[in-house]
Amino acid sequence: MSTINLKINNIPVTVAAGSTILEAARAAGVKIPTLCYLKDINAIGACRVCVVEVKGARSLVASCVYPANEGMEVFTSTPKVIESRRTTVELILSDHNKNCLSCVRSTNCELQSLAEELGCNAQKFSGESKFYPVDASHASIVRDNSKCILCRRCVAACKNYQTVSVIGANARGFDTHISCLFEKGLNEVACVGCGQCINVCPTGALREKDEIDNVIAALNDPSKTVVVGTAPSVRIGLGEEFGYPIGANVEGKMAAALRRLGFKHVFDVDFAADLTIMEEGYEFISRVKNGGKLPMITSCSPGWVKFIEHNYPELIPHLSSCKSPQQMFGAVAKTYYAEKLGVDPKDMYVVTIMPCTAKKFEKGRPHQDAAGVPDIDAVLTTRELARFIKRQGIMFKELPDEPFDSPFGIGSGAGLIFGSSGGVMEAALRTVAEVLDGKPLKKLDFQDVRGMTGIKEASYKIAGINVKVAVASGLKNARELMEKIKKGEADYHFIEIMACPGGCLNGGGQPIQSAETRNFTDYRTLRMNAIYSADKSMKLRKSHENPAIKEIYKEYFGEPNGNRAHHVLHTRYVARSKF
Amino acid sequence: MAKIKLTKIPFKGTDGQERELRAALAEIKKKKGAVMPALQRAQEIYGYLPMEVQQIIAEVLEVPAEEVFGVATFYSQFTLNPRGQYNVSVCLGTACYVKGAGEVLDALKIQLGIEADECSEDGKFSLNATRCIGCCGLAPVMTINDSVFGKITADDVEKILADY
Repeated sequence: MSTINLKINNIPVTVAAGSTILEAARAAGVKIPTLCYLKDINAIGACRVCVVEVKGARSLVASCVYPANEGMEVFTSTPKVIESRRTTVELILSDHNKNCLSCVRSTNCELQSLAEELGCNAQKFSGESKFYPVDASHASIVRDNSKCILCRRCVAACKNYQTVSVIGANARGFDTHISCLFEKGLNEVACVGCGQCINVCPTGALREKDEIDNVIAALNDPSKTVVVGTAPSVRIGLGEEFGYPIGANVEGKMAAALRRLGFKHVFDVDFAADLTIMEEGYEFISRVKNGGKLPMITSCSPGWVKFIEHNYPELIPHLSSCKSPQQMFGAVAKTYYAEKLGVDPKDMYVVTIMPCTAKKFEKGRPHQDAAGVPDIDAVLTTRELARFIKRQGIMFKELPDEPFDSPFGIGSGAGLIFGSSGGVMEAALRTVAEVLDGKPLKKLDFQDVRGMTGIKEASYKIAGINVKVAVASGLKNARELMEKIKKGEADYHFIEIMACPGGCLNGGGQPIQSAETRNFTDYRTLRMNAIYSADKSMKLRKSHENPAIKEIYKEYFGEPNGNRAHHVLHTRYVARSKF
Repeated sequence: MAKIKLTKIPFKGTDGQERELRAALAEIKKKKGAVMPALQRAQEIYGYLPMEVQQIIAEVLEVPAEEVFGVATFYSQFTLNPRGQYNVSVCLGTACYVKGAGEVLDALKIQLGIEADECSEDGKFSLNATRCIGCCGLAPVMTINDSVFGKITADDVEKILADY
């Protein structure tokens, strides 16, 4: 590999050829601020915040796109550079909705941090301001263009991570704004609600649709029995909102916090993930034995489900008919558990805490109402839960570790790893292999389907069959697999797809990491490691061995995929327009 | 300015126009950067760029429809609004402007009930504000299709339109 020697602020540094000045500076221990730049998806040199002086160059250059050259001398913080950055940010601020005090991103806003670091005068320039109505049409995502700085990071995430491409820069000059095809609302286009756009937004222009007030109302309504369940990834994301390092598992404190928020039935959606494995595992076995549609594709990720409905409706028969763990959770709460408590399902209010914004859309889908009322009433993202906890004055770090309640408080390691790309596949394989082979697995770790690679393939010998599996995360990779299936080039039996790159642990409802962290830390792997190490340390690591699962089949469902299970735990899909 | 002006006129494209567009796109698709020439060709065929046409372009060229819309709204040569049976243009060049073309345009907006770059819902009139059309001696000037009306005032507008 050829290398380049240059000097950053007189510090000699050697970097690989092809590195940018920004990367070279990092190697020299020098931080250059950025705004529009996002590693791998958005290097457009548009915002001019990362400008630096290069000896001999005519003007300042954008370090995020300018290649480092042999013998180059770069200065990153001269008065000229700082003044330029300051003016740039002041000009952005001149047309920015500065309602910062009550902004959801206050204290976690990249524009705010830059303005403060650079010593900007936020009121320095005044002039015409744009006005755009807030787009709150979508069940998952709210866009407020008065806070948009046109960095195009959301556009890049939508296009390059997801190939969904429903948002873009429209019109020109001062009128340029990010919106959808023909100025439609996000709910009228093929937006899947994954929320990756929110996660990359430097400001408060994009946010989740907040449901905290609905939950507070339910908690204060004496006629309601309020049930809550938390998804696998929430416990390894939530801590970031309270100053824990990335990848801290705060399961016990999370359960304690939920109790202090007023929830009387604090459950774990990991239990419902185990239930999903029972249903999906047996559905898979039945498809293999009875010549059903293969490859079978998982249906846990509502962003993915909506994506296939919009883009590959002809492949819908490949989808498992299983509801997602969230919907199964609500369905068993309002049938089995409501019966057990003697509560009318209409008086039961089921809340889930999810790393996901698409789950907010999913709860309103048709055929998600096992008890004749919607399975789920409210979905809070990890971020909303953190806000709720802070609002109620709960000192999160001081909380004791508490367990979940029974009967839906027991989840296996298999249920927990649902939070990572490859986790659903591994959980299913643990169960399918033992059921089909009729003997315990020697090794529970299916390493080949783990990790952050976009598309993973493996094959396993199960009951004499060579079972070929594929795992994709990020809809760009999902699209690649779907094209293979369409062309008849895919001979897989089973495919797992999660809409978000890396899986739910990087979901659109997880704590927002700044571009600084995203560009220079592998935060996804840190979160993933936390999930697998928790699984490793658990005694219960297989869904079919979960005693709560055994109990519910014995008492209520009978057989996996039986009649009652089909009514309560399975659903249907619809073809949607491509546009 | 908030949102981009969109027409409420229903799409009236013919099968013949669509065949012509698809034939052209089959050729254009082979080139790099096909969206611009595709939009230009489509505007030649349809006179404007309705949503239905942009979706055909997106589908055939295999680019996101939002990207096509982004290009169509970036360049001022592209229009999303159809021309009416009678296309009314008011010159806003310097000479016409100082002679009161602004008031003429305002009067037209009120009379026709549409803004500049829009088409009336019955498809009869469209309204444009143009740059200098080169007959400053007649300022202020407006045209309706090929007819030229010079030295007009805002008060004349109603009478002129009455003949159409």
